Amino acid sequence: MSIPFIMFFVFALVAVGAAIMLILAREPIHSALSLVLVMVALAALYLMLGAEFISAVQVIVYAGAVMVLFVFVIMLLNAGVEERTNFSHMAKYAGLPLAIFLLFGLAHWMAHSAIGATVANGAGAPSQAAVSTRELSTMLFQKYLFPFEATSILILIAILGALVLAKKGTE
Amino acid sequence: MNVVPISYYLVLSAILFGLGVVAFVFKRNIITIFMSIELMLNAVNLAFVAFARAHNQLDGLIFVFFVIVIAAAEAAVGLAIVITIAHNRRSLNVENVDLLKF
Repeated sequence: MSIPFIMFFVFALVAVGAAIMLILAREPIHSALSLVLVMVALAALYLMLGAEFISAVQVIVYAGAVMVLFVFVIMLLNAGVEERTNFSHMAKYAGLPLAIFLLFGLAHWMAHSAIGATVANGAGAPSQAAVSTRELSTMLFQKYLFPFEATSILILIAILGALVLAKKGTE
Repeated sequence: MNVVPISYYLVLSAILFGLGVVAFVFKRNIITIFMSIELMLNAVNLAFVAFARAHNQLDGLIFVFFVIVIAAAEAAVGLAIVITIAHNRRSLNVENVDLLKF
Protein backbone atom coordinates (compact mmCIF):
# COMPACT_ATOMS: atom_id res chain seq x y z
CA MET A 1 0.00 0.00 0.00
CA SER A 2 1.60 3.20 -1.15
CA ILE A 3 0.56 6.64 -0.04
CA PRO A 4 -1.59 7.50 -3.11
CA PHE A 5 -3.58 4.31 -2.54
CA ILE A 6 -4.18 5.16 1.09
CA MET A 7 -5.18 8.72 0.15
CA PHE A 8 -7.54 7.42 -2.52
CA PHE A 9 -9.25 5.04 -0.12
CA VAL A 10 -9.54 7.65 2.61
CA PHE A 11 -11.20 10.17 0.28
CA ALA A 12 -13.34 7.51 -1.39
CA LEU A 13 -14.55 6.33 2.02
CA VAL A 14 -15.32 9.91 3.04
CA ALA A 15 -17.27 10.47 -0.20
CA VAL A 16 -19.28 7.24 0.01
CA GLY A 17 -19.91 7.63 3.73
CA ALA A 18 -21.13 11.20 3.29
CA ALA A 19 -23.37 10.11 0.39
CA ILE A 20 -24.92 7.45 2.64
CA MET A 21 -25.37 10.10 5.34
CA LEU A 22 -27.19 12.23 2.76
CA ILE A 23 -29.68 9.41 2.30
CA LEU A 24 -30.08 8.59 5.99
CA ALA A 25 -30.25 12.14 7.38
CA ARG A 26 -33.74 13.36 8.15
CA GLU A 27 -33.01 17.06 8.48
CA PRO A 28 -32.38 18.68 5.06
CA ILE A 29 -29.55 20.76 6.55
CA HIS A 30 -27.70 17.59 7.55
CA SER A 31 -28.09 16.29 4.00
CA ALA A 32 -26.70 19.57 2.68
CA LEU A 33 -23.64 19.39 4.93
CA SER A 34 -23.04 15.76 3.90
CA LEU A 35 -23.17 16.85 0.27
CA VAL A 36 -20.54 19.52 0.98
CA LEU A 37 -18.35 16.77 2.44
CA VAL A 38 -18.82 14.66 -0.73
CA MET A 39 -17.82 17.63 -2.87
CA VAL A 40 -14.71 18.42 -0.83
CA ALA A 41 -13.62 14.76 -0.98
CA LEU A 42 -14.16 14.79 -4.74
CA ALA A 43 -12.08 17.98 -5.02
CA ALA A 44 -9.23 16.16 -3.28
CA LEU A 45 -9.61 13.27 -5.74
CA TYR A 46 -9.49 15.72 -8.67
CA LEU A 47 -6.25 17.04 -7.22
CA MET A 48 -4.87 13.51 -7.15
CA LEU A 49 -5.88 13.15 -10.81
CA GLY A 50 -3.87 16.25 -11.66
CA ALA A 51 -6.79 18.56 -12.41
CA GLU A 52 -5.97 21.49 -10.15
CA PHE A 53 -8.23 24.02 -11.86
CA ILE A 54 -11.27 21.74 -11.76
CA SER A 55 -10.53 21.00 -8.12
CA ALA A 56 -10.49 24.71 -7.28
CA VAL A 57 -13.68 25.32 -9.28
CA GLN A 58 -15.32 22.41 -7.51
CA VAL A 59 -14.62 23.93 -4.10
CA ILE A 60 -15.44 27.53 -5.07
CA VAL A 61 -18.51 27.05 -7.26
CA TYR A 62 -20.01 23.80 -6.02
CA ALA A 63 -19.14 23.59 -2.34
CA GLY A 64 -19.21 27.36 -2.10
CA ALA A 65 -21.85 28.99 -4.25
CA VAL A 66 -24.31 26.20 -5.07
CA MET A 67 -24.41 24.75 -1.58
CA VAL A 68 -24.78 28.20 -0.02
CA LEU A 69 -27.81 28.60 -2.28
CA PHE A 70 -29.18 25.30 -0.96
CA VAL A 71 -28.55 26.20 2.66
CA PHE A 72 -30.11 29.61 2.08
CA VAL A 73 -33.28 28.05 0.65
CA ILE A 74 -33.44 25.56 3.53
CA MET A 75 -33.21 28.48 5.95
CA LEU A 76 -35.72 30.56 3.98
CA LEU A 77 -38.33 27.83 3.84
CA ASN A 78 -37.64 26.70 7.39
CA ALA A 79 -37.41 23.10 6.23
CA GLY A 80 -37.90 20.83 9.20
CA VAL A 81 -37.70 17.12 9.80
CA GLU A 82 -38.74 15.09 6.82
CA GLU A 83 -41.70 12.85 7.50
CA ARG A 84 -40.86 9.33 6.59
CA THR A 85 -43.48 7.10 5.03
CA ASN A 86 -43.29 3.36 4.84
CA PHE A 87 -41.92 1.81 1.69
CA SER A 88 -44.61 0.97 -0.76
CA HIS A 89 -44.60 -2.59 -2.08
CA MET A 90 -43.44 -1.25 -5.41
CA ALA A 91 -40.41 0.39 -3.78
CA LYS A 92 -39.60 -2.58 -1.58
CA TYR A 93 -39.80 -5.36 -4.16
CA ALA A 94 -38.97 -3.58 -7.41
CA GLY A 95 -37.22 -0.32 -6.61
CA LEU A 96 -34.69 -1.43 -4.01
CA PRO A 97 -33.38 -4.48 -5.92
CA LEU A 98 -33.23 -2.43 -9.11
CA ALA A 99 -31.28 0.35 -7.39
CA ILE A 100 -28.82 -2.16 -5.93
CA PHE A 101 -28.54 -3.85 -9.32
CA LEU A 102 -27.80 -0.50 -10.98
CA LEU A 103 -25.15 0.30 -8.37
CA PHE A 104 -23.30 -3.00 -8.64
CA GLY A 105 -23.92 -3.40 -12.35
CA LEU A 106 -22.31 -0.05 -13.12
CA ALA A 107 -19.39 -0.75 -10.81
CA HIS A 108 -18.87 -4.21 -12.27
CA TRP A 109 -19.10 -2.95 -15.84
CA MET A 110 -16.62 -0.18 -15.22
CA ALA A 111 -14.15 -2.47 -13.47
CA HIS A 112 -14.29 -5.29 -16.03
CA SER A 113 -15.14 -3.73 -19.37
CA ALA A 114 -12.50 -3.38 -22.06
CA ILE A 115 -12.03 0.31 -21.43
CA GLY A 116 -11.50 -0.15 -17.72
CA ALA A 117 -8.98 -2.92 -18.34
CA THR A 118 -6.93 -1.08 -20.95
CA VAL A 119 -6.87 2.00 -18.84
CA ALA A 120 -5.94 0.19 -15.67
CA ASN A 121 -2.88 -1.70 -16.81
CA GLY A 122 -0.09 -0.54 -19.04
CA ALA A 123 -0.72 1.55 -22.10
CA GLY A 124 -3.37 3.95 -20.89
CA ALA A 125 -2.10 4.26 -17.35
CA PRO A 126 -1.97 7.83 -16.11
CA SER A 127 1.15 9.70 -17.08
CA GLN A 128 3.13 12.00 -14.86
CA ALA A 129 2.33 15.26 -16.63
CA ALA A 130 -0.08 17.37 -14.65
CA VAL A 131 -2.66 19.34 -16.60
CA SER A 132 -1.72 22.97 -16.69
CA THR A 133 -4.39 25.60 -16.34
CA ARG A 134 -2.80 27.46 -19.24
CA GLU A 135 -3.50 24.62 -21.69
CA LEU A 136 -7.00 24.27 -20.29
CA SER A 137 -7.84 27.94 -20.78
CA THR A 138 -6.31 27.99 -24.26
CA MET A 139 -8.59 25.12 -25.21
CA LEU A 140 -11.61 26.70 -23.56
CA PHE A 141 -11.21 30.01 -25.39
CA GLN A 142 -10.27 28.56 -28.77
CA LYS A 143 -11.73 25.14 -29.46
CA TYR A 144 -14.75 25.54 -27.18
CA LEU A 145 -15.35 29.25 -27.62
CA PHE A 146 -18.87 28.87 -29.02
CA PRO A 147 -20.13 26.57 -26.22
CA PHE A 148 -18.54 28.96 -23.74
CA GLU A 149 -20.46 31.92 -25.17
CA ALA A 150 -23.64 29.87 -25.34
CA THR A 151 -23.15 29.12 -21.64
CA SER A 152 -23.12 32.82 -20.84
CA ILE A 153 -26.49 33.25 -22.55
CA LEU A 154 -27.80 30.21 -20.68
CA ILE A 155 -26.75 31.75 -17.36
CA LEU A 156 -28.41 35.03 -18.29
CA ILE A 157 -31.66 33.15 -19.04
CA ALA A 158 -31.32 31.24 -15.77
CA ILE A 159 -30.94 34.48 -13.81
CA LEU A 160 -34.01 35.96 -15.49
CA GLY A 161 -35.97 32.76 -14.91
CA ALA A 162 -35.04 32.65 -11.24
CA LEU A 163 -36.03 36.31 -10.83
CA VAL A 164 -39.39 35.82 -12.52
CA LEU A 165 -40.14 32.67 -10.54
CA ALA A 166 -39.12 34.09 -7.17
CA LYS A 167 -41.06 37.31 -7.72
CA LYS A 168 -43.74 37.98 -5.18
CA GLY A 169 -47.27 37.17 -6.17
CA THR A 170 -46.53 34.34 -8.58
CA GLU A 171 -49.54 32.09 -8.71
CA MET B 1 2.50 10.34 -7.95
CA ASN B 2 -0.56 8.62 -9.27
CA VAL B 3 -0.43 4.86 -9.23
CA VAL B 4 -4.10 4.33 -8.47
CA PRO B 5 -5.70 2.65 -11.51
CA ILE B 6 -8.34 4.66 -13.31
CA SER B 7 -10.86 1.85 -12.87
CA TYR B 8 -10.87 2.53 -9.12
CA TYR B 9 -12.04 6.07 -9.79
CA LEU B 10 -14.66 4.78 -12.21
CA VAL B 11 -16.00 2.30 -9.66
CA LEU B 12 -16.17 5.07 -7.05
CA SER B 13 -18.03 7.20 -9.59
CA ALA B 14 -20.50 4.37 -10.25
CA ILE B 15 -21.10 3.86 -6.54
CA LEU B 16 -21.72 7.59 -5.99
CA PHE B 17 -24.09 7.69 -8.97
CA GLY B 18 -25.99 4.67 -7.62
CA LEU B 19 -26.29 6.31 -4.21
CA GLY B 20 -27.55 9.45 -5.95
CA VAL B 21 -30.24 7.44 -7.73
CA VAL B 22 -31.22 5.78 -4.44
CA ALA B 23 -31.46 9.18 -2.73
CA PHE B 24 -33.47 10.57 -5.64
CA VAL B 25 -36.00 7.74 -5.40
CA PHE B 26 -36.24 7.49 -1.61
CA LYS B 27 -36.18 11.07 -0.36
CA ARG B 28 -39.46 12.86 0.17
CA ASN B 29 -38.19 16.40 0.68
CA ILE B 30 -38.01 18.33 -2.58
CA ILE B 31 -34.78 20.12 -1.57
CA THR B 32 -33.06 16.84 -0.75
CA ILE B 33 -34.15 15.45 -4.11
CA PHE B 34 -32.38 18.39 -5.73
CA MET B 35 -29.29 17.58 -3.70
CA SER B 36 -29.30 14.00 -4.95
CA ILE B 37 -29.31 15.32 -8.52
CA GLU B 38 -26.21 17.33 -7.63
CA LEU B 39 -24.66 14.16 -6.21
CA MET B 40 -25.26 12.33 -9.50
CA LEU B 41 -23.73 15.22 -11.47
CA ASN B 42 -20.68 15.08 -9.20
CA ALA B 43 -20.31 11.36 -9.80
CA VAL B 44 -20.39 11.93 -13.56
CA ASN B 45 -17.79 14.69 -13.19
CA LEU B 46 -15.46 12.26 -11.43
CA ALA B 47 -15.80 9.84 -14.35
CA PHE B 48 -15.07 12.69 -16.81
CA VAL B 49 -11.91 13.72 -14.97
CA ALA B 50 -10.76 10.10 -14.67
CA PHE B 51 -11.22 9.49 -18.40
CA ALA B 52 -9.53 12.79 -19.27
CA ARG B 53 -6.57 11.66 -17.20
CA ALA B 54 -6.56 8.18 -18.72
CA HIS B 55 -6.52 9.41 -22.31
CA ASN B 56 -4.37 12.47 -21.61
CA GLN B 57 -6.90 14.75 -23.25
CA LEU B 58 -8.13 18.00 -21.82
CA ASP B 59 -11.58 17.86 -23.44
CA GLY B 60 -12.95 15.89 -20.52
CA LEU B 61 -11.99 18.67 -18.12
CA ILE B 62 -13.74 21.23 -20.32
CA PHE B 63 -16.86 19.10 -20.12
CA VAL B 64 -16.61 19.05 -16.34
CA PHE B 65 -16.43 22.83 -16.46
CA PHE B 66 -19.63 22.98 -18.50
CA VAL B 67 -21.39 20.46 -16.26
CA ILE B 68 -20.58 22.62 -13.23
CA VAL B 69 -21.97 25.71 -14.97
CA ILE B 70 -25.16 23.89 -15.99
CA ALA B 71 -25.54 22.53 -12.46
CA ALA B 72 -25.27 26.04 -11.03
CA ALA B 73 -27.90 27.38 -13.46
CA GLU B 74 -30.14 24.40 -12.76
CA ALA B 75 -29.84 24.91 -9.00
CA ALA B 76 -30.76 28.60 -9.32
CA VAL B 77 -33.88 27.97 -11.43
CA GLY B 78 -34.84 24.80 -9.56
CA LEU B 79 -34.64 26.39 -6.14
CA ALA B 80 -36.72 29.33 -7.37
CA ILE B 81 -39.35 26.80 -8.45
CA VAL B 82 -39.08 25.11 -5.04
CA ILE B 83 -39.65 28.44 -3.27
CA THR B 84 -42.71 29.13 -5.41
CA ILE B 85 -44.16 25.66 -4.76
CA ALA B 86 -43.46 25.95 -1.05
CA HIS B 87 -45.24 29.30 -0.89
CA ASN B 88 -48.25 28.08 -2.79
CA ARG B 89 -48.58 24.64 -1.17
CA ARG B 90 -47.12 25.31 2.29
CA SER B 91 -45.29 21.99 2.12
CA LEU B 92 -41.97 20.61 0.93
CA ASN B 93 -43.19 17.02 0.64
CA VAL B 94 -43.28 15.92 -2.98
CA GLU B 95 -46.30 13.73 -2.30
CA ASN B 96 -48.38 16.86 -1.77
CA VAL B 97 -47.51 18.12 -5.24
CA ASP B 98 -49.46 15.76 -7.45
CA LEU B 99 -51.44 17.90 -9.87
CA LEU B 100 -50.00 16.06 -12.85
CA LYS B 101 -50.43 12.63 -11.30
CA PHE B 102 -52.81 10.40 -13.19
